[in-house]
Amino acid sequence: MKICITSTGTNLEATLDSRFGRCQFFIIVETETLDFEVIPNANLEASGGAGVQSGQLMVSKQVKAILTGNIGPNAEQVLSAAGIKIFTGVTGILKDIIENFKQGQYKSASSPSVGSKFGMTT
Amino acid sequence: MIISVASGKGGTGKTTIAVNLALSLDNVQLLDCDVEEPNAAIFIKPLITEEKKAFVLVPLVDESKCTYCGKCREVCAYNAIAVCPKTYDFKGSILIFPNLCHGCGACQMLCPTGAITEIKREIGTIQLGEKEGLQFVQGCLTLGEAMSPPLIRQVKQHIDAAKTVIIDAPPGTSCPVITAVKGSDFCILVTEPTPFGLNDLILAVEVLRELRIPFGVVINRADIGNASVDDYCKTEQIEILMKIPFDPKIAKLYSHGIPMVTELSRYDDQFKQLFLKIKGLI
Repeated sequence: MKICITSTGTNLEATLDSRFGRCQFFIIVETETLDFEVIPNANLEASGGAGVQSGQLMVSKQVKAILTGNIGPNAEQVLSAAGIKIFTGVTGILKDIIENFKQGQYKSASSPSVGSKFGMTT
Repeated sequence: MIISVASGKGGTGKTTIAVNLALSLDNVQLLDCDVEEPNAAIFIKPLITEEKKAFVLVPLVDESKCTYCGKCREVCAYNAIAVCPKTYDFKGSILIFPNLCHGCGACQMLCPTGAITEIKREIGTIQLGEKEGLQFVQGCLTLGEAMSPPLIRQVKQHIDAAKTVIIDAPPGTSCPVITAVKGSDFCILVTEPTPFGLNDLILAVEVLRELRIPFGVVINRADIGNASVDDYCKTEQIEILMKIPFDPKIAKLYSHGIPMVTELSRYDDQFKQLFLKIKGLI
């Protein structure tokens, strides 16, 4: 299954970035093979619409699930429209997170966990 | 002649300068372009004779014509559109975020199937009024609305070039300020002689130099803080047009919504001098 984890670093030893729209890196992982792609977040400094653009990127990359800390209202709308599952409140090292995910330890969220512009201040 | 009054830092006295300058001159039009919190009217107390709604045009998509090609999303500079393309098990979806849309119209213009039309979204109101010959216009942005530049542009459409036009700009150095001061013949930068005042003055100076608008500085509460603003202006060869002291009389009048020029005649003269100085600089 193709999933995306928001990350503070560029490999699976890195820690999860708790922001979605304004995370530092998106790491797109194939959970079976652990093959991964690193995408630096071009929307990190956007003055507005970072959530929309980051959501759009996930749609283009055809990921099936997002694992992150928090997600704002705009990003949530985009991901939901595309049927991408959202898991918020996730913390820790990426490779552990993938393992936990495969064991079904996370619960999918159906609403945004933070308001607009939250990631600009954290 | 259009004179805008701006400042990097908020609370330095933009409205004080704009209002008092306006009241010291004849044949004036005052535009309150600080649409997020217009307050010049508190001091001018104009009679509002006309109020109209202000709108931005936002896209409306007819999904029966949309092929989810994503062209609109590509051209949107404000990240206000998301498109989920069609796949074998998904019919496709397009999302518009009106709060992010600046109403530039690019999506509608470039949609290859003509699926986008534009609808009006109300963002605030514009009030027109008058007080003893002074023409007054203000924009008032709807509470919670983030899109102030389109409203500022609409306020500025009321500029009467036959008058001395004074624009009370919003604080800061971002899009709303640039929208407000653009097209001015001169800009007064109001500051205070504090480290914060200086820091934000430097940013505002950079903006005006980039916009190539002539400007000068008014130091408000000039006898507090330190000499760093004076020193900076000297080094940068920026004219200090006027200094206003930290005077309890001014503060007391202000707290009652009374402009200093109506009660303290020496300031009336000083604001007239300020205008003459500006005229000499452009």
